[in-house]
Formats: sequence, structure tokens, C-alpha cells
Amino acid sequence: MMKKANILVVDDDKDILEQLVAVLTAAGHDVVTAEGEVQAEERLIDARPDLAIVDVMMENQDSGFMLSHKIKKLYPGTPVIILSSVSSMTGFKFPLEAGGDKPWIKADSFLNKPVRPELLRSEVKRLLAGMPARA
Amino acid sequence: MTCSEQPLRVLVVDDEEALGLGVRRILDPLRVPAGEAHQEAALEVRIARSGEEALEALKDFPADLLLLDYKLPGIDGLEVLRRISGNGGGPMAIMITAYASLETAVKATKMGSYDFLAKPFTPEELRYVVRKAAEHILLRRHAQQLAAEKRRIRFEFLSVLAHELKAPLDAVEGYLDILVEKAPGENARMLGRCQERITGMKRLILDLLDLTRIESGEKNRDIKSLDLVGVLRRGVETQLPRAGKKGVRIEVDAPAALEFRADEGEMDIIFNNLLSNAVKYNAPGGRVAVALRRGPEGVELRVADTGIGITAVDQAKLFKEFVRIRNAQTSGIPGSGLGLSTVRKLAMLYGGDVSVESAAGQGSTFTVHLREAAAAPVSGVRA
Repeated sequence: MMKKANILVVDDDKDILEQLVAVLTAAGHDVVTAEGEVQAEERLIDARPDLAIVDVMMENQDSGFMLSHKIKKLYPGTPVIILSSVSSMTGFKFPLEAGGDKPWIKADSFLNKPVRPELLRSEVKRLLAGMPARA
Repeated sequence: MTCSEQPLRVLVVDDEEALGLGVRRILDPLRVPAGEAHQEAALEVRIARSGEEALEALKDFPADLLLLDYKLPGIDGLEVLRRISGNGGGPMAIMITAYASLETAVKATKMGSYDFLAKPFTPEELRYVVRKAAEHILLRRHAQQLAAEKRRIRFEFLSVLAHELKAPLDAVEGYLDILVEKAPGENARMLGRCQERITGMKRLILDLLDLTRIESGEKNRDIKSLDLVGVLRRGVETQLPRAGKKGVRIEVDAPAALEFRADEGEMDIIFNNLLSNAVKYNAPGGRVAVALRRGPEGVELRVADTGIGITAVDQAKLFKEFVRIRNAQTSGIPGSGLGLSTVRKLAMLYGGDVSVESAAGQGSTFTVHLREAAAAPVSGVRA
């Protein structure tokens, strides 16, 4: 039986947002959406997400990274999935998937856009299973 | 006047020590007007006393201009000229000669000499000839800088454009994925076609981005020693599913391992493009013969297919951007027309090139020659 979770989804593309909501609600989760870094920060306090899915490029080139960093600071146990478009990586001087010494990038998973529904569900399931019980 | 322009490096090659020192005394204070108003370039002068010494000096003193005596102990001026003209982008040469015969002049000009100075010459004659050559060099330098700047701007524009073009496609693809998963029913085939066309369009955008990134020199290159046979094996494995569907057999002739200094991503692009074409344009039940070996100056990759072949007319335009050979046999085959142009640009980055031997209906053989990349990072592709 899959855990029902509270998921924060952040993307500035409303269509992508709608698709993520469709896939996640069909899997039985509650979803809170935000259309950008600023809105996500506002909703973060009340939402208390069990998991967050954030796009990289929104208001800024690195919005997703900044947001992920803040989520981790506020809720250290909450897994974060970063969504990126391959072409947007042009601006980055490192491969996202590679490990190594990049302590400022705080995310648990990187997925390329568009995410296949089954991949998104399995990744969410994997991260929620590893999540420590909430106090 | 300011000297913001990089100095012009001049190498004087003459076995008469007094002449070399005299030339340096005259040229040291000389300033050459650079392209921009109120800017000048200074001259940095070095002296070599033989052809051998000059060739050695050029290794760490990449001269813009050579003042080259015709008669030298050891190898003569013409021989020096011959050896440096082999690698494009070398220094410009002015021949100094006491034997200002027409024959010498013709020979030297054929070897790429820019001008002459007959011995004995006055300081004024020397300054005139050098100034003329220097202006030419500075103009060429500015043209190269502008070309590099143009490539960089084109890349920046295209990378923004690529992202903007890809975002709506991602959104459409996302909806299609959901529709396919929900209830494709009788629309399954059409939804599948939509997905395939979108994948093709995205491939095109990414190919375009790859190409501009390579030519702009913006790509982060990671040059290291790698096993090309491993790259080849991976490339072949990628093509196996499609080859299997067409009944195409892929035969590989390669050593157990082949160490080569290169960027792995760039090698992947070269190998994958050629292998994918060889399968794509092959006849059903055809054959792809791949041979990888070490050549006299690097490595050689040959990919031969038994496919539709390419006419001589089409071969001439094959390596240009967005060129796809359009005929009845290629009409159903998807492609961006960027693959071979990218392969050529990459091969040239490795001091090599790609060539094709083919005839319509006879299959095609593509041969790529690559030299090992230098340890130092390449800042950009030369025009």
C-alpha cells in the first residue's frame, strides 16, 4: 500500500503543473502547487510538504536550486526532486547527474523533463519510502 | 595613442648577427596603427640564427611575422617557409635575400611568402615593408576576433531559443504521455505518431545546440585518455535494436583496446552519428562494416554500409548544415540534416576530417581521421 503524501509542485509552466498534478493525484497524493520560486516560498510554511518537486529555471536560472536549498533548511527530512530540461543545462558548468563535491545543490533526485508518468510515480514512491517518520 | 592591442611577434631569421640586431633596433620602437582608432600595436622582436633555430623558437614564440633570410646555414629560408606553411594559421613571412632573382621570388611566393626585402636595405625600406605586413596581420586578427564573437553570440541566441522551443514541446509531450497511459484505444497509433514527431523535433533542437556549442568553443571539453573501442562498442549497442528490426548486421573490426586522448562526449557524437546513418540508410538485410585502427597520425574510423548510396552531386553538399539528401529513398527517414556537419566540425577540432566514398545504390563508406587532442584546452574553433 502506497503512502498518501502531501506534495509541493513548483513549475512556471501551467501545463506542466497540471500534468504533474494529474499524475500525482491519480496516485492518491495531495498536491499543493506554486508557479514560481516566490510563490513556493510563501506556500512552504503552511504546506509542510512531505516531498517537493521543483523546476530549475523559473524566475531565475537557478530558482530550483535556491528553492530546494530553502526547503531543506526548513524541513530537513523532506525529499526534493529537481526537474530540468536538457537544453537548460547549457548554462550550467557541471553535469547535474554526476555526484562529487557540490554541497550547495541539495536535492535527492534529478529528473529530465518531460517526466514519464510511471517514472515520476516510482521516484516519488522510492523517496517517500525512505523518508523518516514525521515528528 | 595607446598600445592596448596585443604586440605583434616578429622573428628575424638571419645568420648575420649584426643584421639581426640592426633589424631589432629599427623595429623595437616601431608602432603599427591597429584597427580601432587611437590604438597601436608594438612589436616584440626575437632573433634566430638558423632555420633549425627558427623552427625551434616558433614552438614557444608563436610569431605573427617572420623576416626570413633566403640563404641560411643548414636548411634554407624556402625550406623553413615550406615547413611552416603546412599548418594553417602560421606566421606571415617576408623573405630577405641578396639574390633577388625572379626565380627566387616566384618560388617563395608559391610557398606563401607575403613580401620581399632585398639586401642591403635601408631602415626606411624595412619599416615600410614591416608596417605593410603588420597592418595586414592586424586586420586578419580583428576579422578572426569578430568571427569568434559572432559565433559566441549565435550560440547564446540559439541556446535561449532552444530552451524556448523545447518548453512547449515538453508540455505537449507531457499531455500525450498522460493520454497514452489513460486510454489510448483507437487513437493509439495517432498518439504514437505525435510522440514520435515531437521526439524528432526535440532531437533537432538538441543537435542544433550541440553544433553551435562546438563551433562557438563554449562547450566544456574534458580531454582525457579514453578507450575508443569502448566508445565504439557503446555506439554499436545503441544501434542494435534498430539494426535488428531492419535485419542489418553490424560487423566490427577493432583492436582489443585503443587509447586516445579526446573528449568522450565528442567521440560519442562522431561514432553515434556515423553508425546511426549506416543503419538508417541501409537496405533491409544489409551490412555495416566498422573498422577502427591506429593510423600514422592518430586514429581512423571507417563505417561502410550497403545502403542507398550517395551520388557525386549530393556528396558535395553532404557535410553542410541542414542538408538532407531528399529523394524517394530518403523521404521516410527522419533526420535533422545536422549530424554529418557536426561530425565534420568535430573531426576538424581534432586536426582531422571526414570523407565519403559512395555511388548511388552502391552503399557508402565514411572515413574519419582524428589526431589526439592537445593537453591544453582549446579555447575555440578557428575559422
